[in-house]
Amino acid sequence: MRLPADPGRRRFLKTTLAGGGLTLAFCLPLGGCGKDGGDGGQATATAPFRPNAWLQIAPDGTTTVFLAEAEMGQGVYTSIPMLVAEELDADWRRIRLQRAPLAPEYGAQRTGGSTSVRDGWQTLRHAGATARAMLVAAAAQAWGIPAAQCRTESGFVIDTGGGRRLGYGELAAMAARQPVPQDVALKSPAEFRLLGKPVTRTDLDAKVRGSAVFGIDVQLPGLLVASVARCPHFGGRVQSFDAEAAAQIPGVVSVHEISTGVAVVADGYTAALKGRDALRIQWDFDPAAGVDSEDIDAALHAATGGTADREEARRGDPETALEQAPRRLQAEYRLPFQAHATLEPMNCTVRISDGLCEVWAPTQAPTDAHREVEALLLGPLDKLVRKVGRKLSIDLPSDVRIHTTLLGGGFGRRLKQDFVVEAVEIALAAERPVKLIWSREDDLQHDFYRPATRHRLQAGLDDAGRPLAWRHRIAGPSRGLCVGGARRIPYDVANLLVDYRNVDTPVPVHYWRSVAHAHNGFVIESFIDELAVAAGADPFEYRRALMKDQPRLRRVLELAAEKAGWSGERPAGRHLGIAAHSSYGSHVAQVAEVSVQDGRVRVHRVTCAIDCGQVINPDTVRAQMEGSVVFGLSAALKDEITLEQSRVRQSNFHDYRLLRFDEAPEVETWIVDSDAHPEGVGEPGVPPIAAAVANAIYAATGVRIRSLPVTTDALRTPA
Amino acid sequence: MRKRVLRVNGRDHEVSASGDTPLLWVLREELGLTGTKFGCGIGQCGACTVHLDGQPVPSCLVPVEQTRGREITTIEGLAGERLHPLQAAWIELQVPQCGYCQSGQLMAAAALLREHPDPSDEDIDAAMSRVLCRCGTYQRVRAAIHRAARTTGGRGGGA
Ligand code: FES
Ligand code: FES
Repeated sequence: MRLPADPGRRRFLKTTLAGGGLTLAFCLPLGGCGKDGGDGGQATATAPFRPNAWLQIAPDGTTTVFLAEAEMGQGVYTSIPMLVAEELDADWRRIRLQRAPLAPEYGAQRTGGSTSVRDGWQTLRHAGATARAMLVAAAAQAWGIPAAQCRTESGFVIDTGGGRRLGYGELAAMAARQPVPQDVALKSPAEFRLLGKPVTRTDLDAKVRGSAVFGIDVQLPGLLVASVARCPHFGGRVQSFDAEAAAQIPGVVSVHEISTGVAVVADGYTAALKGRDALRIQWDFDPAAGVDSEDIDAALHAATGGTADREEARRGDPETALEQAPRRLQAEYRLPFQAHATLEPMNCTVRISDGLCEVWAPTQAPTDAHREVEALLLGPLDKLVRKVGRKLSIDLPSDVRIHTTLLGGGFGRRLKQDFVVEAVEIALAAERPVKLIWSREDDLQHDFYRPATRHRLQAGLDDAGRPLAWRHRIAGPSRGLCVGGARRIPYDVANLLVDYRNVDTPVPVHYWRSVAHAHNGFVIESFIDELAVAAGADPFEYRRALMKDQPRLRRVLELAAEKAGWSGERPAGRHLGIAAHSSYGSHVAQVAEVSVQDGRVRVHRVTCAIDCGQVINPDTVRAQMEGSVVFGLSAALKDEITLEQSRVRQSNFHDYRLLRFDEAPEVETWIVDSDAHPEGVGEPGVPPIAAAVANAIYAATGVRIRSLPVTTDALRTPA
Repeated sequence: MRKRVLRVNGRDHEVSASGDTPLLWVLREELGLTGTKFGCGIGQCGACTVHLDGQPVPSCLVPVEQTRGREITTIEGLAGERLHPLQAAWIELQVPQCGYCQSGQLMAAAALLREHPDPSDEDIDAAMSRVLCRCGTYQRVRAAIHRAARTTGGRGGGA
């Protein structure tokens, strides 16, 4: 990364180094690693009770929960505090939320992979239970009774003998002086008061009043706005531009070349865009190096044959079994590049002053933002000092502060910190506080896309139509983003081979909601449908019979089929398709009710069944299923990202269309009652939906959809 | 620079943006009314929906000079003393996910209810298909509009 050698950066480094004494990293794990139980030990009568990093109880009883997750619509600002409040027996109405700082006790702050509740399940409940035990100990001491004679409820400790009660706030100071218990018992699911019950989300009032602060809403005194022109062709760079012409535009303050392009800084977004238009940039891009979607498609197609780069899974003797099977089926599937298109475009606000670099960002990974900004700001010497420091487990004080705002959607896009680094580069160059705002065109043309893939599926069937062998070749541009969810299929097949072959493309790719499960859920659940048809079997019964070792997935399959009325009557012209897929620890089955008319697909209803283990907030599970269906349908039915000369053809919502209100199905969600470990809900609803719809289209028309998104042309071509 | 007067949420504001600046950015940047969101800038997403003399419009497409003498209502002006019945229904049915599109959804729905105090599903489709939601809250938006229509006894509701 090229850094402009400007005074702003030098000044920053000077102060950074001047104030840069070494401080020992201190440890404040749950339960406290110090002799006195962390800072709780210093509590006075008026100080809050802070038994661990996750919560604090003020003398007035207000309980603050510290959040290390990013809220992007998935409801973590509600489900995470629920975990703490449950074990604490807190009064839910007195819970306040505060963002956790980037500090070692919170671990890496990176929200993705549907992990927040899965990872926090033990830690956060333990944090609540520890605090509760200390409050009980304090009350028992005050009353001179054994702790066992106390119970807790809604922010009070109650003497079960005499009915006396003391509020958590009143007990805070005394509780802080209690020893931190090492072992605390957690509740059994039967004792839950909050978990599993619908709780109203904590972030809704602000979101309906328009007062919720997303990254793009951050305001600072003297804040300027920046827009960046980036080379529209991947792999191109700036050759020349007319900074003068841009500077002439009223409102434009300055123009800077940065590592990703040319930034125009102005007194508002409109002037920044006008300045950008005036730049007349010449790009250094060799047309001969340009790649079209058709080239990528052809390369991916070729890679469905030939030798694999890597075997992902092998069982039995797939080659022989396939060769000797009485019947063989083969099909090739294709999935395109897709954009995240979070409704809030990428943006980031930066203020650098007095050696402090403050960043406000709607990011899924403040930890990574911090690291990348630091790497940008530090010179080679600082980096060396820091590296040595890390080796010795010594942490340098940080002069980079990341403030995580609410996120207007994430879906994996904001795990990348490119927009944060860009904004810091601009603020350094402009020497003014700057808010960088990407246009929608920037967002769709400079995303880190879901990769395009092609898949070759082969199966051998026995005389009864049961699969003897399964082969799945995946061809894509990044193994880590392409093979997930394909290695283990839920069906009973003795001989199996899944392998991968890589195809390099110039297109940046990264995580997209449910990652490779979105591809492989579609492919596997479509091909198994093809096998069912070949076997002359009912697609639901065929799957069910083969799910011998998958009781949880089979259960949701049965539940979805039953609730959707799989074997019942339905209106004329309506057809059902079914699909099931396990991901992020959860199991989801969906039945889509579809009609096809004049080459247009209409999804009327989706019945969804999920087993995600212990449910934290059932309404959130439902909301995530509803959202996942709509998200997946946009990718299945609307548009794709295509390239011409390594340049994304689509530019805004008129040619990269998302599912609209009048196209959205009714989604009905059934949740399996379970007290198994809680699992992911943000992503597992996406993988089955495209296949459920494609299978319904087959039922309606006899056309097998093997390429997404579904096009009118495809619907006219019988399989 | 010549100042112009903007009537927003019942109050007059002096602004200095040039006449061709989209209303959206004047609201957000000059008046600090950031509840109105930017999603596309070309009238495709509806996140920027405000009321102009009671009509829902994408404020990203309205040059500020065309608002002279007209009444502008933004999400910040939707609630009175109490939440608008739609906002209350939105909370009750837990409509928002990320929330980014929701100002646009609410403003579009409020205009609809004023026109059709007890809208049919077709009325709702027609009015709401201009507002995108990437998080997929559509079915809850529909349910909440019906709920609000019921609680107001089909009288629409304020704003
Ligand atoms: S920002 Fe105005 S319609 Fe999208
Ligand atoms: S709630 Fe996120 S875009 Fe609608």
